[in-house]
Amino acid sequence: MNQLLDMYLTFAKVGAMTFGGGYAMLPILQREVVENKHWATEEEIADYFAIGQCTPGVIAVNTATFIGKKYAGNIGGIITTLGVVTPSIIIITLLAGLISNFAELAVVKSAFAGIRVCVCVLILNSVLKLWKSAVKDRLTLAVFIAVLLCSVLFDWSPVVFVLAAGLLGVGLVLVDARKEGKQ
Amino acid sequence: MILIRLFYEFFKTGLFAIGGGLATLPFLSALADKTGWYTQSQLMDMLAVSESTPGPIGVNTATYVGFTVAGLPGAIVATLGLVCPSIIIILIVATILNSFRHNKYVESVFRCLRPASVALIAAAGLSVVLETFTPVPGVGFNWIGLVLAVVLFVLTNYVPKTKKFHPIIWIALSAVVGILVGM
Repeated sequence: MNQLLDMYLTFAKVGAMTFGGGYAMLPILQREVVENKHWATEEEIADYFAIGQCTPGVIAVNTATFIGKKYAGNIGGIITTLGVVTPSIIIITLLAGLISNFAELAVVKSAFAGIRVCVCVLILNSVLKLWKSAVKDRLTLAVFIAVLLCSVLFDWSPVVFVLAAGLLGVGLVLVDARKEGKQ
Repeated sequence: MILIRLFYEFFKTGLFAIGGGLATLPFLSALADKTGWYTQSQLMDMLAVSESTPGPIGVNTATYVGFTVAGLPGAIVATLGLVCPSIIIILIVATILNSFRHNKYVESVFRCLRPASVALIAAAGLSVVLETFTPVPGVGFNWIGLVLAVVLFVLTNYVPKTKKFHPIIWIALSAVVGILVGM
């Protein structure tokens, strides 16, 4: 029971500290879930983001569900998701009820100009951390460069890249199996 | 019953919007035309607030639309509708993955998926960087932002004392800097 409460509160904290969308959740998730609570590894976070991008729904929610499920089964997946959305419900309801021109306020705009710069740096740091757990040899380096270039140059959906990388993974095993068969 | 309709519409959005929170936008825009619950310009205002408050953008927007349509119950019902498909789908995917964790195909797929996932995160980060640092006509290049970014990068990576600070501290400090220098 305490376990579930801890998960709920931790993910509520992650939701409350995420500024600027799902990717901005990554640095907070690495700190709270990977480093502080040890509920997931860097590798698993990269896996969950990959799956979260090609399954329906909000990436932050998909990732929260994954971690909760892994750590405490189906009920864990539901609890972490409820945790991550709770701050949104409270904050948006308060704002919508009180100040309708919140995003237009000069002080809010200035604060967010600063926060955006910070989010750039935090995402860069997250990518550097994930890089170490994901790019380990020539093959994985080639996949990284190919996907980065193509997604910057062409406006393809992330689904395309995730499916292509998955197919490559299957293909590699098949090629290995054929080689072994010949020997 | 408006709450049931709200749940149904957001369940559909959560089920079909693939690729993160912003992918829900076309669905919400269509919903505005279909139901007349809110206007397109209201939707743009709600999006602006969702981007400038904590929490995943898709969740914030759903909460806001729900609140606009039916108050606090609407906010809760719309958010639950949005996350339900994610929870169901991810719990199923996670269950399947767990039983094939040590399958050589699955291992190979994840070996290729991880660098692809990190590359997609890097590309998303890059678009935030472009948005933050592209010179605006009349305003010029964001030099203050660049200085802030370099300082943050050094403090979060190379200074032993500040390296371990929680990301939220950097976010809060950056917001203060933004307000003080009027970014």
